[in-house]
Formats: sequence, C-alpha cells, structure tokens
Amino acid sequence: MPSYNLTVNGRRHTVDVPEDMPLLWVLREVLDLKGTKFGCGAAFCGACTVHVGNNAVRSCSTSISRVNQPVTTIEGLSADGNHPLQVAWRDIDVPQCGYCQAGQLMQAAALLRTTPKPTDAQISSAMSGNVCRCGTYTRIREAIHAAADGRRA
Amino acid sequence: MTTGKKHSEMDRRTFLQVTTVAGGGLMIALYTPELLAQRGGGPGNAVLPLASNYITINPDNTFTIVAQNPETGQGIKTALPQLIADELDVDWSQVTIKQADYDNTKYVSQTEGGSRAIPTHYTRMRQAGAGGRALMIAAAAQQWNVPASELTTGSGMVRHAGSGRSATYASLAARAATLTPPAPADLRLKDPKDFKIIGKGLAGVENRAITTGQPIFSIDVKLPGMLSAVFEKCPVFGGTAVSANLDEIKKLPGVRHAFIVPAPTPGGRGGAASGPASGVAIVADRWWQAQNARKSLKVLWNEGPVASQSSAGYAAQAQQLSATRASQKPAGGGQTADIGDVDAAFATAAKIVEASYTFPLLSHAPLEPQNSTAHFKDGKLEIWSPSQIPNPGQVAASAGIQAGDVLMHLVRAGGGFGRRLNSDYDIEVAKIARIVSDERAAAGMPTVPVKLVWTREDDMHFDQYRPSGFHYFKAGIDRDGKMIAFRDYVASTASVIPANEFPRGFVPNFRVFSDPVTPYGIPTGALRAPGTNGVSFVMQSFIDEVAVAAGKDPLQFRLDLLASPVAGGPATPGGGFNASRARGVLEAVRDMSNWNRRASLPKGTAQGCAFQFAHSGYVAYVAEVSVGADKKLKINKAWAAVDVGRQIVNPSTSINLVQGGFIEAMSHLMAWEITIDKGRVVQNNFGQYQPARMMQSPPLIEVKFLQTDYDPTGLGEPALPPALPAVTNAIFAATGARIRTLPMVREGYSWST
Repeated sequence: MPSYNLTVNGRRHTVDVPEDMPLLWVLREVLDLKGTKFGCGAAFCGACTVHVGNNAVRSCSTSISRVNQPVTTIEGLSADGNHPLQVAWRDIDVPQCGYCQAGQLMQAAALLRTTPKPTDAQISSAMSGNVCRCGTYTRIREAIHAAADGRRA
Repeated sequence: MTTGKKHSEMDRRTFLQVTTVAGGGLMIALYTPELLAQRGGGPGNAVLPLASNYITINPDNTFTIVAQNPETGQGIKTALPQLIADELDVDWSQVTIKQADYDNTKYVSQTEGGSRAIPTHYTRMRQAGAGGRALMIAAAAQQWNVPASELTTGSGMVRHAGSGRSATYASLAARAATLTPPAPADLRLKDPKDFKIIGKGLAGVENRAITTGQPIFSIDVKLPGMLSAVFEKCPVFGGTAVSANLDEIKKLPGVRHAFIVPAPTPGGRGGAASGPASGVAIVADRWWQAQNARKSLKVLWNEGPVASQSSAGYAAQAQQLSATRASQKPAGGGQTADIGDVDAAFATAAKIVEASYTFPLLSHAPLEPQNSTAHFKDGKLEIWSPSQIPNPGQVAASAGIQAGDVLMHLVRAGGGFGRRLNSDYDIEVAKIARIVSDERAAAGMPTVPVKLVWTREDDMHFDQYRPSGFHYFKAGIDRDGKMIAFRDYVASTASVIPANEFPRGFVPNFRVFSDPVTPYGIPTGALRAPGTNGVSFVMQSFIDEVAVAAGKDPLQFRLDLLASPVAGGPATPGGGFNASRARGVLEAVRDMSNWNRRASLPKGTAQGCAFQFAHSGYVAYVAEVSVGADKKLKINKAWAAVDVGRQIVNPSTSINLVQGGFIEAMSHLMAWEITIDKGRVVQNNFGQYQPARMMQSPPLIEVKFLQTDYDPTGLGEPALPPALPAVTNAIFAATGARIRTLPMVREGYSWST
C-alpha cells in the first residue's frame, strides 16, 4: 500500500492508504478528525469542505494521491476556536442542525482570504456550492459580513 | 375521607425528589404523573417510577440541567433547559447542559415530532425549576429562621433583604435534602414579566462544538475496536436478497464480515418491527473499505411485485380515477367530508372554477446520511441513536432480545425533518451488530461495536417518502362572488386527504373524498408538517384561483371567508382551528408587506399570499417575486406572521426555524421530486435532487411573532407549508401563469441567478 506524507493543521502525518482513498475518509477514519463531514460523497453539498493550500476543496472527491499542499480542517481553522468567522457564527447563532457548518465556515474562510470585504453577490457566488438543508443562508450571509467588518453582532 | 389525604401524599412523593450528591451537591428530580399512570402506580401502590433527574446543584454553585429530548437541529437542547433554568432562578452562565439517555422509566415523550416538545414540556420543565427554587427558599427560611415570604432569589442565591444575609444554593443543598418537596399545586411559577432566560434569544448550547468541529454528531461516534458497515438493500421496495458473492467480498482489503440479512417476514421492508429489510451487510475496519468492497458486490435479488410499479403508472391511474370518480359521490371509506349539497350548489353557481393539482414524492434528505452505532455483548445491546423517536423495543426485536436489555444513548443528528421518525438504521445496525458479535463469538473473538453509515444514495433510495398528491378541485361562486361550493377529489397514493382542512366550515357545501391508486408499494411517512406540506400548496393555490375568479383581493377573500363560519365545520377541526387567529396572521402579514400597495410594484414583480394552520400554529406568508424571460424566478423578499401562542421560548431559534422553513419550501417548489421506475427510486444524489442554495434565497425573510394569549406551541413544522403557495400565488400575480404541478422545473422554470 502506498505511503503519503501530509500536513494537517500544521502537523505532519504519514498514512498508508490506497491512492484513491478520498481525503475526507483519511481525515475522518485515519487521523480521527471528525469535524469534516460526509454529506453526499460527490461534491454536491460542500459538507466536506477543507483547505488544501489556500483553496477550499471538497475532500470527499479529492483522492489522497492528489493532495500536495498542507491541509487545514475546521479543527485547525484557528488555534483557539475564535477565528472571526467562528465568533460571528456563534454571535449570530447561525446553526440549526449544524451538520453543514464546518464546510460553510471553511468555504467562507477561503472567501475572506481572497476577498476581505465581500459583497452580497460575492458571498452568494462563493457559498452556493454549500448546502444548508436547514436553510440558514440568511444568517450565514450576515455572519460573513460581520466577520469581514470586524464587528461583533 | 382518607382518599384525599392519600392523593396529596402521593402528589408530594411523586412530584419532586431530592438527593444529595458527593461533595455536597444536590440532585433534584421530577416525578411524572403520566408515567405513574402508565405503570398503574397510585395510592397504595408501592411501585413508583424513577424520578427524572433534571437538575443537579453542584458544590461550586453551578447547575447541570438535563436536556431530555433528541436534538436534530430544532434547538430543543437549548430551549427545554431554558425553561428549567429560568424558574430555578439561576444565571444561564452557571448552567451546563447534559443530554439524557433514552429512559421511559424517567422521561415522558423523549421524542421529536409533530412540533410537540414545547406544548408537552412547557409547564413541566418550568415546574421542575420552580420546585428546585422553592426548596432553596424553604431551606434558607429554616436556616435563618425567617418567613419564606421575606426571601428572594437570583443568580443561584437566596437573599434576605431584612438582615442582609445571602446564601448560595449549593450551601443550602444539604439542608434542602432533608425537606419535604412542595406539591405541584403549591408551586408558584414566575410571572412572565419576570422571565430572564425564557424569551431570550440565547445561542444554541452546542454552537462552540459545532463551529470548532467537535465530534458531536451520530456519525462521529467512535468506540474502541469499532468496525464500520454498509448495508446494500434491494433497489426495489420489498425485494429480498437471494445470494451474493460473499466469499469474494470477504477477501477484499479490511473486510471482516459479509453476510445476507434475510427478510424478517415474507416481503418485509425497512421499518418492520421484527427486523430490518433484507440486504447484504459488509463490515470492515474502516467505512471506506466497506463502501469500496461494495463496488464488487454482486447480489441476486428477488425483486418482488413492486418492480412493475412506476410514477408514470400511478399518475395515469390517478387521471383515470378522476375522470370517472371526481364528479360522483363519495363511496365512503378513507377520510371523507360531504357537507351540504355540493352538486345542487354547482348547478346553481354563477361561475365554476375547476383545476387539477399534483405534487411529487419527496425524500427528506437531511444532510447527515442515516447512521447508527451498536454493540451487542452478553445478550445486551448498547446503541448510539440519532432517532427522533428512540425505540428500544424495535431495536431489541431486531437483535432478538428484550427491550429491557437495550441501553440507548441519544446523539445529536444532522437534521431530522421527519426522516428520523422511522428508525430503520437503528433496526439495521442492531441486527448487524448481533450477527457480527455472534460470528466473532463462534470464532473465539471478542465482540466489537459496529457503526452503520448509509451513503447519500442509500438515503435517497430508502426513505419513507412524503406521499405524492393528485387533487381534482371544483368550486362554485355565486353572483356576488361568494364561494358556495367546494370539492376536492383525491386519487390517493397514500396521500393526505384534507377532509378537515380550510375552507371546511367556511363554505356551506363542502366535499372532500378519495379513492386509492392500487397497487401502491412505496413506503411513505411524515415530512416536516406532514398533514399540510403538500395540501397547503394545493388548497391555498386553489383558493387563490377562486378569489381571482370572483374578482376579489386574494388576501381579503381569505379574511372574508374566515369571518363567515357556517355549519358543518369539523368537530375538532384539525386540532382546534381558530379563525380569529388565522385572521390575525393574515392581517399582520398584510400590513408588514404593504400588501395593499402591491399594485405599485414594477411589471413582472408581484406579491402572493397564503396562510396555514398546522401543528397548532398559525402562519401567513406574503412572498414578493420577479419572473423574468424564460421563466427565471427570483424571490425578492418574504414576510411571515406567526402565532404560536403567548411565549416564544427562544426567539433566535424561532426566527431561524421560520426562515429555514421558507427556504425548505423553495426546494419543494423548484426541484425536489422523487420518481419511481420499475419499483425503484430514480434519483441518486443531490445532483438530481437540488436543494435551494444561498444564491437563490431571498436577502430578507422578515418574521413577526404575534404572541397572542394562547398556550405556547411548537414551531418546527408550521412555518413550511404556506410558503409554497405564497410563492406560486405571487408567480400568478406577476405573470398570469398558475403553477399547478410541482416541482416547477417540470414546466421550464429555474432560479434567476
């Protein structure tokens, strides 16, 4: 079985897994990082969104063999759980069931990295690959603005 | 009479129980009369149920409060403890929440369904908290030898203003444990104006865990030695596994077990009490290995009789039934209403309106695919369940043991919407875990826990679907534009028959009846607001058609109907329909949305309205839409007026639920449809079952709670149904095109982006 070196949330790991094993399942089942969620397995819903390098990617559809930059998951979005987006999510009480929110946060964090002050249209465009079955889109939008503006709700 | 005394003693004994805990704390438990009644307990009966331990006063004067119900995103793990904490009179910052295991000897109604949690528990939870507070006051009164009436509480302290003394609840715990708890009748609940926690928009208690990726969901359960499973079922409902290439599968990487689960009863299907549907289980070290092995699985299925059924066949049969039966009289059977003389009224009507409406099967599609984890060991089963209706009996039957040998933990689920009312995943994992443990025992190996995880495709293929609807309407209007007769004929595919639905009781001649489409082999079940999530679309759309035909303002037409009740309303109309509350939400949403000035909106933009009584709540929407070239739809804004009684326990959660209800309705409207071909579901994943996206959701969904003087009721469900017809009625107002078939993609509509 091939061996892969990867860095996740700043820690280096070596994993012995098949080359087609999706990053999602390496994270969840090999590295025991359960924050990244399985929603559809086919990149339709975004629940599995992580960062590879600076890009938001769907880890369910990214084979381990194609991961060649450091990975950041929800567990590593901030050292103390207080990334401005995480704070805004809690202040604005975004979650209902909460299952999609790790993916939403990672997608939003990638957006703010390239577009620190996004418009509504830029937010909608960046976030529309991420399904929230409970329909918290109004609050997600509000929380991204709040984090971008550096304000507390 | 001695009976009276006995009763009062029983009330005391059976209401609250206090116990000291190690380190000087105190546990306060609430006995539940309902449970006592169930067990035949009562005066003279020594068998008492255990008390449910809602409150623990910790030695450091913090408070552990038990959340008794399953949490699937409706916010109940926050809301029920809010009720206890406020009446206990502690600060929310002093409170830690603990999720209860399932235990029907301790808790009443540990279920999530029907928007029932708030109406069921609103007073009970408050009594538990108030009982705790009364005990603390009694302890302080004894300790300081002052009248209880001179004592006040707050922030987990008792204070005596006269002497300037104060004491923490923790310091009073030992004394409180020696006191007789108050009887329910002696408890004084807070005046709502003194609420500090009830009515506050407190953030969800698991928001930090959610935003930092803690493993709190059912799918995240991890146990030592745990294996992971997939379960392949026959794609045709009711089909059974005959044989499979198990020897080949067992050789694949990581696979530890592979076996056929036979049907529990001939042709049995998922949800049967005695066991799971027939299928093939593959159990591996890792779930991904099991799922990978599944790609090599070859199963010979006995597909059974449903394989000849299809959505096209059901629709053709519905059409045929309506052609012969809709204009006839009800034959009896099923839910039926036949009030006045509908046929005579049609004959005298100045105008007749006729229309047929359809809506499809829907899958619930909660974002967390179905899963459950169980460990069968020494004849007992421990299970970590995401169910909305935890049911140890079903699980036990599946594992071949008694319900008393099941220990059931309740784990947060990634969405319910009614899907997890059916616990097929629990039933499956119980069987699989039993077989795995038996196989291992036979091989001299220790038992292990097994986690079953469905794929999204499994989730879409094996649901209990929201039934489709085929409705054939006819209404008669007199010369003054008054509706005098109303008929709905339903060709039923396990459909909801709206025999008690508005406008029953507001039109003198009213007929609703149905005949079944047969055979019909598709499992159906409850989706969020099961009685009305499709019915509201058809009824409130057709009422709109009648209003337009009568030349009336559609919102005013509804108000006028509601103001003129007639004989023949249902005895208990859908759980107590109150026309004045329905008028209240309609009037409120009319004012919020500037409905009366809608004529000034630009061409192609218009408003539509609808209201619904569902699950004891009243909701009215106005939606404003723009429809562009090529049927591109944009929802500009929506307004919701909601009446769920006098107290909103948590306004933040409640607004979120209403907005989410509207956005779910957008999925129902535009794209969601499950179709059946050769007895199996055609759609596989979200690519063929597109949920509404942020880009499509309106920038603003304004929500107003009327807070009328009625007991508080739940909100998970009522906010969904009328959102659909509000939008389709707006589309009619904007374009003149009436949407009578869902989803709208069928007629060439799409979202404007």
